Amino acid sequence: MGKNKPPASQEMLQGTLDMLILQTLVVGPAHGHTIAHVIEHASEDVLQVEQGSLYPALHRLADRGWVSSYWGTSENNRKARYYKLTAKGRKRLLTETGRWQQLVEAIGRVLARATE
Amino acid sequence: MGIRRFFLRRREDAELARELEAHIAHEVDENVSSGMSEDEARRRAYLKLGSPSRVREDVWHWSTLGFVDSVLRDLRYAVRALWRNPGFSIVALLCLTLGIGANASVFSWIEGVLLRPFPLVAHQERMVAIAGTRYAKGTTGLERTNVSWPDFQDFQKSCTRMDWFIVDRLTRTTLSIDARAQRVAASVVSSNYFDALGLHPMLGRGFEPAEDSGRNAHPVTVISYWLWKEYYHGDPAIIGKTQVLNGIPHTIVGVAPEGFYGTFVGYPIQFWVPVSMQEVFDPGGYKLEDRGETWIEGFARLKPGVTIEQAQAEISGVAKRLEVDYLSTNRGRGVKLFPLWQTPFNGASRLGPTLTVALAVVFLVLIIACANVSGLLLVRSLARRHEIAIRLAIGSRRGRLLRQLLTEGFVLSALAAAGGLAIAYLCRNLMAVFFPLSKVIATNLTGTMDWRVFVFSLGVCLISTLMFALVPALQTSKVDLAGSLKSDSRTSFGSRGRARLRSALVLLQVSLSFILLAGSVLLIQSMRRIQTADPGFSADKIVVTSFDLAAAGYDGPRARAFQDALVDRVQALPGVESEALVRIPPFSFASYFSAPIAVDGYVPAPNERPTEEYNQVSSGYFATMGIPIVSGREFTPADNDTTFPAVVVNEQMVAKYWHGRDPVGKRIQVRDKWMQVVGIVRNSKYGAFVEETKPFFYVCWRQLGQKSPLGATLTIRTAQAPGTMATLLAHEVHLLDAGLGMSEVITMREYMNRSALASQQVAVGLLTIFGGIALLLAVIGLYGVMAYAVSQSTHEFGLRMALGASPSDLLRLVMSHGLALTIGGVALGAAATLILTRWIAGTFLYNVSPRDPLAFGLAFVMMMVTSLAACFVPAWRAARIDPVRALRN
Repeated sequence: MGKNKPPASQEMLQGTLDMLILQTLVVGPAHGHTIAHVIEHASEDVLQVEQGSLYPALHRLADRGWVSSYWGTSENNRKARYYKLTAKGRKRLLTETGRWQQLVEAIGRVLARATE
Repeated sequence: MGIRRFFLRRREDAELARELEAHIAHEVDENVSSGMSEDEARRRAYLKLGSPSRVREDVWHWSTLGFVDSVLRDLRYAVRALWRNPGFSIVALLCLTLGIGANASVFSWIEGVLLRPFPLVAHQERMVAIAGTRYAKGTTGLERTNVSWPDFQDFQKSCTRMDWFIVDRLTRTTLSIDARAQRVAASVVSSNYFDALGLHPMLGRGFEPAEDSGRNAHPVTVISYWLWKEYYHGDPAIIGKTQVLNGIPHTIVGVAPEGFYGTFVGYPIQFWVPVSMQEVFDPGGYKLEDRGETWIEGFARLKPGVTIEQAQAEISGVAKRLEVDYLSTNRGRGVKLFPLWQTPFNGASRLGPTLTVALAVVFLVLIIACANVSGLLLVRSLARRHEIAIRLAIGSRRGRLLRQLLTEGFVLSALAAAGGLAIAYLCRNLMAVFFPLSKVIATNLTGTMDWRVFVFSLGVCLISTLMFALVPALQTSKVDLAGSLKSDSRTSFGSRGRARLRSALVLLQVSLSFILLAGSVLLIQSMRRIQTADPGFSADKIVVTSFDLAAAGYDGPRARAFQDALVDRVQALPGVESEALVRIPPFSFASYFSAPIAVDGYVPAPNERPTEEYNQVSSGYFATMGIPIVSGREFTPADNDTTFPAVVVNEQMVAKYWHGRDPVGKRIQVRDKWMQVVGIVRNSKYGAFVEETKPFFYVCWRQLGQKSPLGATLTIRTAQAPGTMATLLAHEVHLLDAGLGMSEVITMREYMNRSALASQQVAVGLLTIFGGIALLLAVIGLYGVMAYAVSQSTHEFGLRMALGASPSDLLRLVMSHGLALTIGGVALGAAATLILTRWIAGTFLYNVSPRDPLAFGLAFVMMMVTSLAACFVPAWRAARIDPVRALRN
């Protein structure tokens, strides 16, 4: 049973990608390609989404019930799988964001003392 | 989530593939719109995403459960391996299906007849049967009786460890509706009966508490669904109509739900009446206010968590208290609780031992079947040695290999279990075949296919997998790598290790089949003895038939006139030697009357209240039945209401109460009536051939007062055939009362066989069938071993022939090997049989020694003949081997 660990992103902190995906979906449903783009644009290309880990992450989120998916037609008139934030996912996003803020502040305090 | 993911992963993967394609397409669109060429755009897109298969694999692995996956792979491999060897698979499946099917069938009967016999009734596992006990001097101590109504009410009031108590007293009557007459079983029940069992009548109501009391005050009845459909054509307005039952019009107040047959193993109950109607349905007068009258059979339900021992302790305490409070009636009396499957007063007590033996027998059959399959697997494992060795050589672990081989076994037995359950389902009514004479009886003796049967079959399936697959699997996984990769080296006939193991299996099979064969011969002998047994009266020249005058609306005086007239007419018929009326014919299911007695000069033990059974018979009964008079005389027409009551006692009674001295002329008190002993008759059997001799007495029909009994059986001593007699009788009865029906005219022997042989027949039938199956399986096994041994030794036989052995030498060699196996098996089996048959001796063997030489001899001969036949074909083949060709191969 040792294969349940999702493929982790090399670039980002564990769990961060999940949070970013959920945040992206707050404004409305989107498909994988859009999600990747939105994250990259919003971070002004600082965060490069490794597309190979995007899809396993989406699967994991769907499996936990944080997003739901359906097939729809994209703006380019192509079939695409859309993801939509569920109520459970919205709650999750809130706790994740809260925890992230705490983490950032904590790190900030540590760094502030180091620069004194 | 994991499991769901696991089973949906194939579909998910397909989705993912499409999704990734879509992603690439979007990326390409974007790249093209930023001015790249189509090819370049595609190349960049792939570069950015990485390999789509890699992504799919990641997700796939994430969804995989390693253990389940490998089990599934084993299963798939096992099915393929079985498919490749259809011959082996079919034979193995047949053997196992027979074995598992037999077990599942017998268990479903046990479930349906013993453990959970009452359809629709909830919590049967907590139900217990209640019977009274009575101290009896001279016997082992306690005798079973029934419970009196006042005692029963006291138990109900005082016991806290039971949910409820119900009365359920069987009675039988003839039901005449619209000129259709039929004997049916009915029950006298306490008013809480339907509520306690958790049943709601489908029409009308159950009984009300007030209907428990008042002498004959509540002529109401609940009828069965079957009766309602068959006799009243499903009349929706049935409630409130009246029906004459035992001569009294009853109001129908309810119809029981469909599928409920009452709470009596053996007969489906057709109507229920409340306790207050006891006098109408239970012979012997009004008993509701008499603590000394024990007539009640019934059940109780234990509260959850209460054991039967705790309940017994409590109710025995109450019984003790009653004994002190009511010494004159309750002296020496107690009460005993039985688990449902040991209920002493219905069919459970007869079928229980039979089905237990059957379960043991089918388990033996299962072992034989498993031994067979085990043998087949051993042969096959030889053929697979190369494959196994290669798998080991390329790094398969032995544990993994063992699991693979056991999985193959499990697939086999699971398929067989499915077949077995189908067999059990088809055989669920097989028990009824053994009771061919009564169609209605069957409805209450069917097997039940519930989840317990499935769980049981699954258990049998797992056990049998271990039994037949473990040894070959261990053998196989122990394969010697270097040895098996080299070519198969030949050894001499019958000496290889694996061959020895197979011979041991055959030995086991032969010995087990011998046990079953010897057992069935013993039972068949016992049944033949019973069919020709001497019950203490001559059963062969007597025909019997019965009339139910109560059902026809007769009262006492009219019944008396009819009976007198009928006896006179029968006397005048040609070929009739003598005739008599008897209230309860011997060997009927009905219980006899019993009454407390007092004898001048007999001092009872301190806690004994002498009570004996008796019957009511008319003058000429002993002459008609051929029961010898030892001293004194039998009843004559001169014994009537005006003379002093006469009583005839049996020898056992003389021995017990008068210490063997002739009591003719002495007085005894029966209940509160004094009677004079006028004769002594020889002991006979009263209810069953296997019963112990008991004290018994007879009172005179003509001295029962003006109220002549309404139910009577006519016994006629005649040389005429029953058929002839029937025509003559029907004519006479018609002349007396054109509207009266009579039951079938049969010989006494036939009458006894119908009741006495039923459980014997079940046992004989089952053991014979299973003995036959066992013999067949053993023969297949023996044949398989011999045929295989011969085919493996072709080279050696060729060599022997080339060196001068004649074909008959080889024939002898093979035959003697097979016979040695058989004789060894028979010797083992005989030893085991000697031990095992002692268990069935008491219950099933009548006048047959469990060591009967004939049975053992016959089983031996059967075993030898069949195994000679099984060995002959391989031996013949060995003798016809062409040495030139055998050596060249």
